[in-house]
Amino acid sequence: MAKQEDKILLAHGSGGKIAHELVNRVFVTALDNPMLARLDDSAVADFNGRLAFTTDSYVVSPIFFPGGDIGKLAVCGTVNDLSMSGAKPLYLSLALIIEEGLPFRDLERIVASIVKAASKANVVIATGDTKVVNRGSADKLFINTAGIGMVPPGVDISGNNAQPGDRIILSGTIGDHGIAVLSQREGLDFSTKLKSDCAPLNRLVADMLEVCPDIHSLRDPTRGGLATTLNELAQQSQVSIRIEEEAIPVREEVHAACEMLGLDPLYIANEGKLVAIVPAEDADKVLKAMRANPYGRQACIIGEVRTGNPGRVVMQTRIGSSRIVDMLVGDPLPRIC
Amino acid sequence: MCLAVPVQIKSIEGNEAEAEIGGISRRISLWLTPEARVGDYVLVHTGYAINVLDQAEAEETLKLLEEIAAFAGDDE
Amino acid sequence: MKYIDEFRRSDLAQGLVSQIQHRSRTPVRFMEFCGGHTVTIFRYGIRQLLPPNIEMVSGPGCPVCVTSNADLDKAIALAKIPQAIIATFGDMLKVPGSRSSLQQAKADGADVRMVYSALDAIKMARENQDRPVVFLGIGFETTAPTIAASILQAQQQGIKNYYVISMLKLCPPVIRAILDSGEIKLDGLVCPGHVSVITGSTAWQFIAKDYGIPCVVSGFEPVDILQCVAMLVEQVESERCEVEIAYRRGVQPQGNKEALKLMRQVFQPATASWRGVGEVPGSGLRIRDDYRQFDAERAFAIEPGETYEPKGCICGEVLRGVKTPLDCKLFGKACTPQYPVGPCMVSSEGSCAAYYNYARDADG
Repeated sequence: MAKQEDKILLAHGSGGKIAHELVNRVFVTALDNPMLARLDDSAVADFNGRLAFTTDSYVVSPIFFPGGDIGKLAVCGTVNDLSMSGAKPLYLSLALIIEEGLPFRDLERIVASIVKAASKANVVIATGDTKVVNRGSADKLFINTAGIGMVPPGVDISGNNAQPGDRIILSGTIGDHGIAVLSQREGLDFSTKLKSDCAPLNRLVADMLEVCPDIHSLRDPTRGGLATTLNELAQQSQVSIRIEEEAIPVREEVHAACEMLGLDPLYIANEGKLVAIVPAEDADKVLKAMRANPYGRQACIIGEVRTGNPGRVVMQTRIGSSRIVDMLVGDPLPRIC
Repeated sequence: MCLAVPVQIKSIEGNEAEAEIGGISRRISLWLTPEARVGDYVLVHTGYAINVLDQAEAEETLKLLEEIAAFAGDDE
Repeated sequence: MKYIDEFRRSDLAQGLVSQIQHRSRTPVRFMEFCGGHTVTIFRYGIRQLLPPNIEMVSGPGCPVCVTSNADLDKAIALAKIPQAIIATFGDMLKVPGSRSSLQQAKADGADVRMVYSALDAIKMARENQDRPVVFLGIGFETTAPTIAASILQAQQQGIKNYYVISMLKLCPPVIRAILDSGEIKLDGLVCPGHVSVITGSTAWQFIAKDYGIPCVVSGFEPVDILQCVAMLVEQVESERCEVEIAYRRGVQPQGNKEALKLMRQVFQPATASWRGVGEVPGSGLRIRDDYRQFDAERAFAIEPGETYEPKGCICGEVLRGVKTPLDCKLFGKACTPQYPVGPCMVSSEGSCAAYYNYARDADG
C-alpha cells in the first residue's frame, strides 16, 4: 500500500491510482451508502411527483468555526434551500475543490461532519466529485452541493405568495452564525461562547406544514441577514412589510459584538433560521408547532404584511418611531465611527 | 463618530486588560486610562479604553430622566 | 448591556419627546456635528419625533467623509509598495479615491487588511518583520491618542517596521471655519460625544462665546440625543448660551489629560485638507520629528497621481450642512450605496448613506 500522505497533493485529483486512494480512504468508507458505493458516474432513483432542485457553493473562511465547519454548512444550507419550498430533502451531490496542501486530517474531519449532518437531516449523499487545484487557486476548500427533494401535493410555497394581513414568523435568534464566524477573523478576534446556529430545518418545516399546509412563503435569512430576506419577499410579492424591533430575538452576545464593531444584527448571516409568512388565522398554531421543535423554541411573530408601498420594509423602533429597513449593500464591515 | 462601547474590566495585566460586554470578552489597552481598576466600566474605542465611566453620574442621569418621564405621564 | 440598554428605554424617550414638545416654541436649526450622532438620529427615527419647528442638519463630523481624494490617493499609492501590508479600519475600504479604492487595490493584488485596532497592526508588524506595515491613521481627537499610544508602544517594543500615515483631524478649527463662512445659521450644536471625552467640554467654549450658539455634549443612544435636544431647547427658550454636558457619565469639562498628553507628545498641529471645506490651518495632526521613523510619508516616496473630484458630487455642501442629500442630482440614481460616487454615500455614517438607508419615506 502506498505511503499515506499528510497533505492533499495535486495527484490526488488526477484520476489515477493516488486519486482512487483518496476517494477510498476519505469518502467511500465514511459516506457509506449503497448509491455511492456503486461508484457509477451518476446515481439513479425513482421519483413520483414534483421535484425541488437546488444548488449552492460554499466558500466560507475559516473552514472551521465555533458550532460547525464548511461541511456541515454545505449539507444544512442545501437541505434548507429545499425545505424552503416545502420539499422533503432526499439526495445531495457533493463536489469538492481542494487546495493543494490541505492536511488530510482537516479533510477527514470535514467529511465526518458531512456524514453527521446528512444523517441528522436524513438525506443521502448520492454522488460526488473531487478536484485538487494549485496552491492559491482555492482558499483551502470549496464545496458545491446540489439537492433534490419532493414537494408534497397541494403545497405551494413561494416568495410571490405573501398577502396583506399575513403574519411574519421568525424561528429564533438572529446574527449567531455571522458573529461566530467573525469572532475568528484575524484583526477582530474576541472571545465568546457564541456558536453558529447552522442546522437542518427540514423537520421543522414538516412540522409546520402538518398544522398549516397553506404556508405562503418560507425563506432562510443567510447572507444579507433578516433585513435582506424581508426586502426580497416584499419585492417578490409586491407588498409592504412592517416589523417591530422589540419582537426580534437577539442574543446578548450578538448585540454586544455588533455594538463593539458597529454592525447591525439585522444584516448578519444566519444558517439555522427561517422566516415564514402565514395567513393570520394560522399564525398561532404554526407558532405552537415551531416551538415544539428543537430548532424553533424561540419562534415568534415579528410583524405583518400590509398593502401600500410595495417592496418597502418598515420597522417600528424600540422608542416608538418608524424607520425604513433596506437591503444590505456589499459586506457589513466593522467600523470605528 | 467614534464608536465606543462601555465594557467592564475583569482583570489587568500591566497596560492591558481583559474586558467584557454582554458575554463577549476582548483584550484592551489601558494606555490612555492608567487609573482604571478591575470592576470599572470603561468606554472602549478601537481597542483602547478612553475613559472610566462615571457610574454615579449615570445613575443620576437615569433618575432625572425617569422624573421627566413621570412628569410627562402626569400631563397626559 | 449595561449603560447601553437603559439609554434606549422607550418610556424615557417618550418623556423627553413630551418635554421637548411642551417647551419648544422658537423655530430653530440644530446641527449634529458627529457622524455617529447622525446614525443614531436616523436609526431611531428621531427627526419624526421632534416638533416641526426644530430642524436638524448634519455636519461634517465623519472622518471618512472628510478625507480628501488627495489623501485617499496617497493611501492607495502606499498599498502598491512591494511587500507592504496596509492595515486600515473597515470604514475606509470602499471609499472611492480619484481612480480607485482600497478594496479595488486589494482585488488588484495589494495586501490590504482590515483591523479593529492599531494594536492589531502592531501585531502584524511583529509577525511580519521583513515587511513594512502601514497603518492608515483616520479619525478625530477620539482616535488620535490611540494612534499616538500605538506609536509609543511600537517604540517601546523596538518594532522597526510599523508606520502610520496620519490623516487625523481636529474638530474645533473646522467648526470655526464653517461658522466663519457664514453659509449656515445655527441655533444650537449637538457636540461630539467621544471627541469630548478626550478634549473635554471646554473645547467648545469658543462656539458659545464667539458665535453665541448654545452647545450641549451628547451621548450616542437615542435617549442621549433626545436629552441633548431637550437641553438645547431649554437654553434657546430661556435665552441662555452655554456649553453643557448631557453625556455626564462619559464627559468631564477637562477631558482625558493622559490621552491629550500622549497625543501632543507624538503629534503636532498642521494644515489639513477637508473635503468640501478645503484647507484649514491647524486642523490636522502630523507626526513630530521625534517619531519620524514611524511616519509613512517620510519613509516612502509615493506617487499618488493627479487628484480628480467626481463631477456632480456635492458631498462638500452636504458636509457643511448647506445642502441635504435630497438636493443632490446624483442621489439615489448615479450614486447609491452599491455604486457610490462620493464618500458621504459609502461611509456608514455619511449623511447620504443615512438618508438612503433609513429615511427615504417611512410611512409604510
